[in-house]
Amino acid sequence: MKYYTYFPGCSCSEGGAKAYGRSAQAVSKVLDTELAELDDWNCCGSTPYTSVDELSSFCLSARNLALAEKRGLDLVTPCSSCYVILNRTNSYLKEYPQVKANVDEALAAGGLEYHGTVRVRHLLDVFVNDIGYDTIRSKVKRNLGGLKVAPYYGCQVVRPKFGFDHPEAPQSLDKLIASLGGEPVPFPLKSRCCGGALIISEEALALELIGKLLDSALSNGAECLATVCPLCQTNLDAYQRRVNQKFKTNFNLPVLFFTQLMGVAFGLSGEDLGLKTCIVPAERVLAKYI
Amino acid sequence: MEKRPRADTFVDEISAIPGGEGIRLCIQCGTCTASCPNADRMDHTPAQLIAMVRADMREEVLSSNAMWYCLSCYLCTVRCPRGIKQTDLMHALECLSVRQGLSSGRTRTPAMYRSFSNFVYSLGSLPEFGFMAWFYLLTNPLRAFRMIPVALSLLRRGRLSIKARRLTPEGTNQLRAILDKAESLGGVA
Repeated sequence: MKYYTYFPGCSCSEGGAKAYGRSAQAVSKVLDTELAELDDWNCCGSTPYTSVDELSSFCLSARNLALAEKRGLDLVTPCSSCYVILNRTNSYLKEYPQVKANVDEALAAGGLEYHGTVRVRHLLDVFVNDIGYDTIRSKVKRNLGGLKVAPYYGCQVVRPKFGFDHPEAPQSLDKLIASLGGEPVPFPLKSRCCGGALIISEEALALELIGKLLDSALSNGAECLATVCPLCQTNLDAYQRRVNQKFKTNFNLPVLFFTQLMGVAFGLSGEDLGLKTCIVPAERVLAKYI
Repeated sequence: MEKRPRADTFVDEISAIPGGEGIRLCIQCGTCTASCPNADRMDHTPAQLIAMVRADMREEVLSSNAMWYCLSCYLCTVRCPRGIKQTDLMHALECLSVRQGLSSGRTRTPAMYRSFSNFVYSLGSLPEFGFMAWFYLLTNPLRAFRMIPVALSLLRRGRLSIKARRLTPEGTNQLRAILDKAESLGGVA
């Protein structure tokens, strides 16, 4: 059994990516891994807070890190944005004494202190590096033989440099898909941006980026995409119809969380994995395996 | 903590911000601009922005729309041959432009970021639906209307929670105390 402290982030707890959180927990159980949710965590602040008030954004992360430090375990998150923001705070606290002094003073106002010992991990990193491809392969009950999957990493799981994988040509998700029996298709845009939160304020430019990603996946023969980030999933899935309207395209590509794909291969029920929450229905391509 | 004296030039000021110190190392190779997915939307490219900071073009830089088109994809950061934290530099410019009331009116991103941060400050977590509805109604009600189909598809699939996740009362107070203290300390540098 392996033990971690779990930071779901807003999207994967009560938000639009509940299915990611639920499937992450279901799959972890199969892999003898405990993800115990951090008590009373707060939002990491994500990019928006970093862009309006940097010190407060470090403090939002630091409260979570201070709470996690009491348990003494690695802090694991399935969200690429939480992953970058929490890691960024850790490295700024180490690198810049004046940031640390100010953050310490703010934390003290809440009766907390943080000593910088928490390691922040992405769930993908934990699955492929702590648990490993062989163990994952050994749990497969329904081999995803022949399923062509575009492995979509997005940006923040591999960049800037907190990474466990190459910042531009990552392989870990490709190998994980292969260990489930699926076929990772070549996907040149695998670590390009989906538009992130700018889908809200600058929809036109985000739709263009999403359209390019879908086109690259489809033209390489993918039947679906696997993602490791709640925002990437939402942009590619919920806005696929907007892309089709805007560019007169006919994309119909299901976008799954990588944990959902693992769950299908492990023989878990569609309900445990929240498969019905996909806007572009996933049942069509998964019918053979469910 | 003691406040450092106001820097003489804009480049001194930026260099003093954590993450901004690399700005003097730039060789204007343009790798950041070539890597940026949004450089073509910016009124000044990422490399130009650095050159402008060094030319002391304070107001032009802080009122630029460029940093608000940054997606935080970090491609520029991992490719910069001088090791400049270009994405962090963009965030530093954003914070400075907000603090000085200069943020660009030609993009809705500053308003969106502020709505997001206000929700997080008040609740300690982000209710996605409330935040998006609030932002659209505030900035562009017509857009709110056009978003109804997307919202409905999310609702039908059980992906729109109306209710916000709340921290415990103790947690809420603790977070508020921390953030208020941070605010009184006035910035990272």
